[in-house]
Order: sequence, then C-alpha cells, then structure tokens
Amino acid sequence: MTITLAQLNTKATITWCPGCGNFSILTAFKRALVELQIPREKVVVITGIGCHGKFGDYVNVNSFHTIHGRVLPIATGIKLANKELIVVGFSGDGDAYAIGLSHIPHAARRNIDVKYVVHNNMIFGLTTGQVTPTTPKGVKTRSTPYGNPEEPLNPLALALVSGATFVARGFAGDVAHLTWLFKEAIKHKGFAFIDVLQPCYTFYNTYEYFRRRVYKLEDVGHDITDFEEALKKAYEWNDKIPIGIFYKVRKPTFEETLPQLKGEPLALRDISDVNIEKAYVFLR
Amino acid sequence: MGSIYFTYLIGGEAGMGVAASGRMLAKTFTRGGYYVFGMIDYPSLIRGGHNFYHATVSDERIWSLHYNVDLIIALNKDTLDRHLSKLKKKGSIIVDSDIKYDKSALERQGARVFEIPLTGIVKELGALTVVRNSVALGASMALIDFDLEVLLSVIRKELGKRKEIAEINVEAAKRGYSFVVEQYGKGVQCTIRPRSDNGHLVITGNEAVALGGLRAGMKTYFAYPMTPASPVLHFLANVQFDFDVVVVQPENEIAVINMAIGAWYAGSRSMVATSGGGFALMTEAIGQAAMTEIPVVVVLAQRSGPSTGMPTYTAQGDLRFALHASQGEFPRFVIAPGDAEEAFYLTVRAFNLAEKFQVPVIILTDKHLAESHLTVPAFDLKKAKVERGKIIVGKYEGSEEYRRYKITDDGISPMAFPGTLNAIVKVNSSEHNEYGFATADAKNAEIMAKKRLRKLELMQEEVENCEESVKVYGDERSPIAIIGWGSTKGAILEALKILEAKGVNVKFVQVVFLSPFPTRRLQTILKDVRELLLVENNVTGQLGSLLREHLLRAPDEYLLKFNGRPFYPHEVVSKVLEVVK
Ligand SMILES: Cc1ncc(C[n+]2csc(CCOP(=O)(O)OP(=O)(O)O)c2C)c(N)n1
Ligand code: SF4
Repeated sequence: MTITLAQLNTKATITWCPGCGNFSILTAFKRALVELQIPREKVVVITGIGCHGKFGDYVNVNSFHTIHGRVLPIATGIKLANKELIVVGFSGDGDAYAIGLSHIPHAARRNIDVKYVVHNNMIFGLTTGQVTPTTPKGVKTRSTPYGNPEEPLNPLALALVSGATFVARGFAGDVAHLTWLFKEAIKHKGFAFIDVLQPCYTFYNTYEYFRRRVYKLEDVGHDITDFEEALKKAYEWNDKIPIGIFYKVRKPTFEETLPQLKGEPLALRDISDVNIEKAYVFLR
Repeated sequence: MGSIYFTYLIGGEAGMGVAASGRMLAKTFTRGGYYVFGMIDYPSLIRGGHNFYHATVSDERIWSLHYNVDLIIALNKDTLDRHLSKLKKKGSIIVDSDIKYDKSALERQGARVFEIPLTGIVKELGALTVVRNSVALGASMALIDFDLEVLLSVIRKELGKRKEIAEINVEAAKRGYSFVVEQYGKGVQCTIRPRSDNGHLVITGNEAVALGGLRAGMKTYFAYPMTPASPVLHFLANVQFDFDVVVVQPENEIAVINMAIGAWYAGSRSMVATSGGGFALMTEAIGQAAMTEIPVVVVLAQRSGPSTGMPTYTAQGDLRFALHASQGEFPRFVIAPGDAEEAFYLTVRAFNLAEKFQVPVIILTDKHLAESHLTVPAFDLKKAKVERGKIIVGKYEGSEEYRRYKITDDGISPMAFPGTLNAIVKVNSSEHNEYGFATADAKNAEIMAKKRLRKLELMQEEVENCEESVKVYGDERSPIAIIGWGSTKGAILEALKILEAKGVNVKFVQVVFLSPFPTRRLQTILKDVRELLLVENNVTGQLGSLLREHLLRAPDEYLLKFNGRPFYPHEVVSKVLEVVK
C-alpha cells in the first residue's frame, strides 16, 4: 500500500497565521514521509507548547502534544519502549532553548535515535511576541520594548559540542531543501538535530532578511564529516548564513548500547508472569 | 508476644561499615529462622559523623525496632556516649579495647562490658581497619550463643564478589567469636538458638517497591538520585540485565517523569521514584499524565522538609502534597504501604490500577519504610498478578476510525499503543476531543471533564470495595482506636502487642488508600469509636485534616512526631495509656 499526501491530512482546521513559516515545515515533513514511504502507524510526532505545538493535529500520524519544553524526554521514553517507531520531535525556540534547554545536550550525547526539529522563529509566538534565547540583541519585542539586552544562543554550536551525530539548519522559505533535510535526518541512525529558520509572519517577519543571506552548504563543498569545519560554519552568521547538513557521523545509538533492547521492542514483551525469584539472592 | 525480643545497636563513624554490619546481622538472624526489623540512622555525609544501626530480633513476626537495647557494639567512643541511655539493665557492650573510655561509668549503669581487641585482631590479620566490625559480629554471636556458621555464610555471600576480602572477614569473625568463648564462655548475655531457615527475605521498602515493579512487568525505570529513594535505582540498575529492564538516570526529575510517560504511552510499563524535591519538579507532568490519560507509577519516598530539610531522616509531611500535586482537577490514586511486605504487593497493584484507570498512581513511602530492613516470607506470586487494562495490542479491529479518547460508559477509553496496525494514537496535554485533537470548545470541555470524573467514581468504588484500602488490627470492637498511615504502622503494631500483654485492648486503623479516600469504609469502621488517637510523623496532622474533610470528624487525641525520627513502640504505648486513663 502506498502512502499518499492526502492520507497525511487531518480533519483539524489549521490555525496558523497566513504566511507563517510553520506551513512549509508541515509540507516538507509530509513530503518526506511520502517520499520515504513510511507507514503512518510507525511514525510518532511529539510537539511542545506554542504555535508549533499544533503540528501534531495537522499530520495524520501518531502524536503526543506534551507540556512546554518536554518534547525530548517524551520522545526518549517512546523510543526506548518501542525502538521500531520513527520518533520525531518538534519544538519552538522557546520550547527548545528556553524552558526545555536542559534536555538538548543530554539527548545529543546519549545519541538516542530521535529526530528533533526546532521551529526557530526567534520569538514566542503563541504568547504574542516576547523575547526568546535566539532573539538577536537589540530587537524590540513585547517583553523587551527597549531592545533585547541579551546575546542570543547559538543552537548549532550547542548541538555540535554536545555530541549530536547529525546537525543541520533548514529555512522555511525553501521547502524542497527542508524536505531533503528531513529525509536525511530520518535515514540517519542516532540523534538528529535540525534548527529551522521559521519566520513568524505576525511578530517577527524575517523572510526577506534570511532570503537575502542563506546559502546551501552542499553548494560550497562543505565536508560534513569535519567537526571543526562544522563548528566554524555554526558561527557564520552575518551577511551569509549557511543552511544544510553541518555535521554527520555514525556512532552507536543509545538503544544499540543497551543489550536489553535486543530483539522485540519492550512494549511487545510478555510480562504476564515475571519470575522475580532470581532476585531473592540479594535479599538473603 | 514472642518469647524472644533481642535488640542490638551498632554505632560508629560513617565509613566504619555500620550499615553493612547491621544488615549482615539482620540477615544472619533471618537465616537462623528469626524475624528482624532494622533501621539505619545516618546524617548526610560520607566520612565522620555518627551512624548507627538499631534492630530488634524476635521469634515471631516483628514490625518495628524497640527502643531499649540488649547489646551495643561500639566501634567508637561516641557510640557509648550517645546510646548508653538506651541500654537495658544487664545489657552488654562490645567495645574495642583500644578505645579510651570510662569503664566504671558504664558498669555503674549496670552494663556488662566486653572489651575485645578489635583493632588488635585486625592488625594480626593484616586487614583493613574496617574489618573490626566483623570481629565484633563474631564476638556478638558468642555472647548470645548463636551458630557462628550462619554469620559466616552471610559474610561469604555479602562480600563474596572479592573472595580474599570475604575470607579475611570470615577469619576476623572467627577470632572475635573464639576470643569471647575463651575469655567469658558462650551465651553470657543470653541464648538465642538458630531455628530452621524458612527461606525468608530481608528486604527494605525500596527493594520491595523495585521487586514489585519487576513483578508488574515494568520494562522502563527512570530516576535521578535522591535520598531516600536512590536505593530503588541502585537495586534495579544491578538487575537490569537479568530482567531486561531499561534503567536510565536522566538529567533531572522533569526528564525522569516525562520519559516514563512517553514510555508508557508507547506500551512499556514505567515507574519513577524520588523524594519531595524531585516530586516537586515532576508535578506539572503528573497533571499531563492525567490529562493525556497515560498511566504512570510515581514513588514518593518522603523525608524531612521543607526544602532540602534533613535528607536522611524520616517524615510524613508530603501527604497533602501528593494528594494535590499539579494544576487542575483530576483523579489519581495515592497509596501508602505500611511495611515492606505491603510495599511489594501494593506496587504490583499500583501498576494494574494505573493501567486499568489510565491515571497516575502515587506510592507514598518514607525514609523509615524505604531504608529499614524487615524479615518477610518469600512473596506469594499468586497474589501479585499482572492485570492489563483495556489495551489494544498488534492490530486495531474496530470498524470506525480509532479514537484514543472515545467516550464510554465508564469513562475509560480503549488504549492502543503507537505502532498498532490501523490505529493512529493521538494524545494531547491540551484539552482535546475524542480523536485527541486540541480544542477549547465549551461543550467538549465539559464532556471531557465528565469523562475523567466518571473514572473517579469508579475508582472510589474500587477503594470502597477493597479490603486492603483500610486495615484494622487488634481488638476490632474496642471503642478506642489508633489511626495512622504509612510506616507508623510498625511501631503501632508493636505497641498493640505490649498493650495486649498489659490487658489494654485497642484497635489500630491503617488507612492505606488516601486517594480516593475510603470514606464509607472508614465511617463503618469508626462508627462505635469513642476515642480516636491520630499518630503521624508530621507537624500538622495531615490525615487528621482529611478525616475532618471527608468524615466531618476530628481525632480526639494527637500523637505527632516531627524530629526526623520514627516512632518507637513505647511512645505509642505511653500515649494510649494516657488516653485510656
Ligand atoms: C510551564 C509553562 N510556562 C509557560 C507557558 C506559556 N507558554 C505557552 S507557549 C509559550 C512560548 C512558546 O514559544 P515557542 O516555544 O517559541 O513556540 P512558538 O509559539 O513560537 O511556536 C509559553 C511561554 C506554558 N504553557 N507552560
Ligand atoms: S504567531 Fe507567528 S508563529 Fe504563530 S502562527 Fe502566527 S506567524 Fe506563525
């Protein structure tokens, strides 16, 4: 049975603002699933709280709309319970880099086979336009009416130094490129991190800004196996902003290092009559 | 009462092996056919300070340690200063002959002092100083004329990972034993003859909870270390390969609980254990489990608070916290085992209830229950069976599209796990419709709140129809009742034995399920009670306030203790005698 784009649509009415970068991310993700022909039952999408959080309602696969900032731990639990699922998390930049930041380095160094997409609009969308950790310095938002006094965080550098085995940046203004990134991330075995430049049409419209600056790493012969080069590229943020795969390496995933996970997924094991008597030796 | 009650106390600095010696002795008596309750008391530090292990041994089932001591093993002088007042008349003290202390002062108190060259023997053997405790354990066996071989078998097993270390400790114990036999003879203190080993276990509340989880088919365990819950993590980490359980220590308790919820959403029974501070971090996600209707089992091992409090001391201060943790209104079970044996069976039950009702279940323990040792018979696995909820595995066979939050008569929707053929499983921590799509529609919100409320009604019935939700001990017809929950059970049951011997007959009402509150059962049980004595290890009498809330009845008398220490039986006895007067 083939998987079609139509099957991935849901009955839910989309409530994003017209022109929102989230539409491109949704389209790219659905296209990636169709192009890879992944059965819907095998995919789980986890979303945080924010405009991006509605994502799960708009794609007809398993989904978990969690609380603010907890996409990665939920995704980790799901993958451990059933390693055969394709587990993809979607967070806003507030969800990922503010309230949820404590989880990123650990998911990365654990190398759990989870894909993590950050809708980085550099603003709190759903709460109507406050500053986030990636808002550039000096930008006026509702909570920084005199300009943001803080330096922004560098998400790609963070992912790289934390040990992520797949690090990429996408741009919501280029759906074809984003589709390709999603496919590569899903095919990668291990933690895949994609920061997506996602203009917020209503509170922080950056389409023109990014359109003028982004270029593709594939076009300049970037070596995705070179960690130091990747880190250099992660710091490139001026009149040229790179998108594409910065770094990719194959390392054992968290699941692969756990002998308990060999064989059937945990969720399908027989638990009807566990023999605990073999633990009595510790209690005598 | 049993004919033998023997209480021992081993004291020393952190690092002197006090906990290990206490545990080995508890195992020795258990293998010798006796029952033990043993408590470790230690401040939160790694070296120095004062640790002691305090335990009572009996020939019948025992539930708590008794305060007064027959034998003190003093690994340092501090132990003598601190615990002499607990020593019974004609009680014995084993003391290292290298320690400087005032022997006549001890003897004036009626103590029998046995100076044993603990350090000397260890030096002769060329062993580490810590081996002194094995010499003392051997010596103690001679004082009570117990079979040394039982102790040696325990030492060999406990230290058996490194054979040479086990053997040097065995030798040390033998020397201590012979020293006493030669100098003083056998059984100078008393005679406790080994009985047949009936395969009983020495188990802590923490180990019981861990074992309960394993029996319940838990496949994923997540925890961030926090006293007094950390031993659950240690135990499970040790046996993870034997049981094919994944044990993970994530970055914090927020990650812990969310991983557990994610894992059970995907079909793996999951548990977490923590103490008050970690539980505080978990609260938002406990509401999430309720809203998404994903089961999860949370163990809250209480310690003294507020804030960091006294990390290694006991308390029952988090009852209200467990009952109300998280925003919004939703059903939950809160279950408080009173001893390690109950902790095992109730943990299995907790998993079954969590899945049956698709709700969070909180198991309340405390340091005294979690870390103390209790001798229990091997578990009856027929009474600890896995009961799965309304789950759908493999393939969804329904004719209509699968709805995770399908409205049903009982409020419980069949739960498919992701990966199930023909089912798309959408869960949502925002208010949602039957399919799991977010909506703020007023009518839908009411329907969904009522669906969750119907589960609460069913859970209430479950509690009212369950013998174990409230347990009654002692003279059931007595108009005088002690009421309590959790680990105070031990001291109260021992007090009941003492009171009965004095001809004072009262009953003890143990509230095991605290949410939903077993109102009707308690009404019946307390109907003819004239004097109601509340016993709690907290400042404000939290169960007392629940009685007022649910039964419109306040306790008549209060026995509250909040210094981090558990109740001793004699404290309960004195209070009861005051009340009956
Ligand atoms: C614990 C908690 N704190 C605050 C909020 C309120 N809140 C909802 S969405 C949001 C910010 C979302 O911003 P972002 O993650 O960037 O997502 P976007 O809306 O831009 O997609 C906040 C602060 C919440 N839901 N939970
Ligand atoms: S507020 Fe911004 S992020 Fe949210 S839907 Fe509108 S455009 Fe998109």
